[in-house]
Amino acid sequence: MSDAAALHAGAEPQESPLTPESWGKLGMWLFLAGDAMSFGCLIVGYGILRHASKSWPVPAAVLGINLTAFMTFVLIVSSVTMVLSLSGIQHGDRARFKKFMGLTILGGLFFLGCQAYEWTHLIRDILPKHNLAFSKDLFATTFFVLTGFHGMHVTGGVIYNICVLTAVTRGRYQAKHVEIAGLYWHFVDLVWILIFTFVYLL
Amino acid sequence: MSETAHPEPNYMGVFWWLLALTIIEIAVIYLPLAKLAIAIMLITLAVTKAALVALYFMHLKFERRTLALVALSPFVLCVFLILMLTPDIFPR
Repeated sequence: MSDAAALHAGAEPQESPLTPESWGKLGMWLFLAGDAMSFGCLIVGYGILRHASKSWPVPAAVLGINLTAFMTFVLIVSSVTMVLSLSGIQHGDRARFKKFMGLTILGGLFFLGCQAYEWTHLIRDILPKHNLAFSKDLFATTFFVLTGFHGMHVTGGVIYNICVLTAVTRGRYQAKHVEIAGLYWHFVDLVWILIFTFVYLL
Repeated sequence: MSETAHPEPNYMGVFWWLLALTIIEIAVIYLPLAKLAIAIMLITLAVTKAALVALYFMHLKFERRTLALVALSPFVLCVFLILMLTPDIFPR
C-alpha cells in the first residue's frame, strides 16, 4: 500500500515528532498553545487597562473571594479526579475510569453552577451597589469577558468529557484519547488558577 | 495500547501542594505588606501552581524537551505584548 493509501486507510503514517505515542496529543498541545495566547491577550489586556485607569475598585472587596476560592478548590479536585480516571484506564480498570470521569464531569458542572450563581448575584446586587454597570465600566466588562471566556471553556470541557466517557464505554476510545481530553481539562484548571490570582486576588 | 513509559507521578501529593499554595495565596492578601510585595508573592505562587499542573497533571515533565518549548511559546508572546503596550500606559 502506498503512503497516501495508508493515510486514507486511517493509519498514522509515521511516528509523531515530540509526542511519539500519538499525533492527537501533539495536536492538542498546539491547540492549547494557541488557546493560551487568547487567554494571555485577555489577561494582559486586563492588566494594561487596570494600570491605565484612574480608578479601579479593589477586586476582592467587590467580588468577594470565599465562593471563588471554593470554586478554585472544586476545579483542582476535578483535575485530580481526571488524572485518577486516566490512571484507571491505563491500568485497564474500566470501573475506576468511569467513576472518576463521572466525578470530573460533576465537578465541572458544579463549577459552572457556582459561576452562574456568582454572576447573577454580581449583576443583580453587588455591581449596582458599587455603581459599576456591566456594560459601562471597564472593570465589570473585562471581568465578565475573562471569566465568561473561561466559563465557555469549562462548558466545552464538560461536553468533551461526556463524549469521551461515552466513547470509552462503547469501546471506541482508549487510554490515549482520555489522556488528550485530560490535557484540555488540566489546561482549563491551569487558566483558572491564573484568573483567580490576577482578577480576584491582585 | 499506549501504556505510558514513565512512572506514575504522585498525583495526591501534587493535589496537597496545590491546596496548600491556594490557602497561602488567600492568606497573603491580608498581610500588612506593600502592594508590590504582595503582587510579587501572588504571581510567584500562581506561576508555581500553574507549573505543577503542567508538569505533573499534563505530564510535561515526562515529555520530550521540545514540547516544553511549544508550551512556553505563549508566555514569550505575552511578554512581548506587555512590552509593546507599555508606551501606552507610561506616556512620556
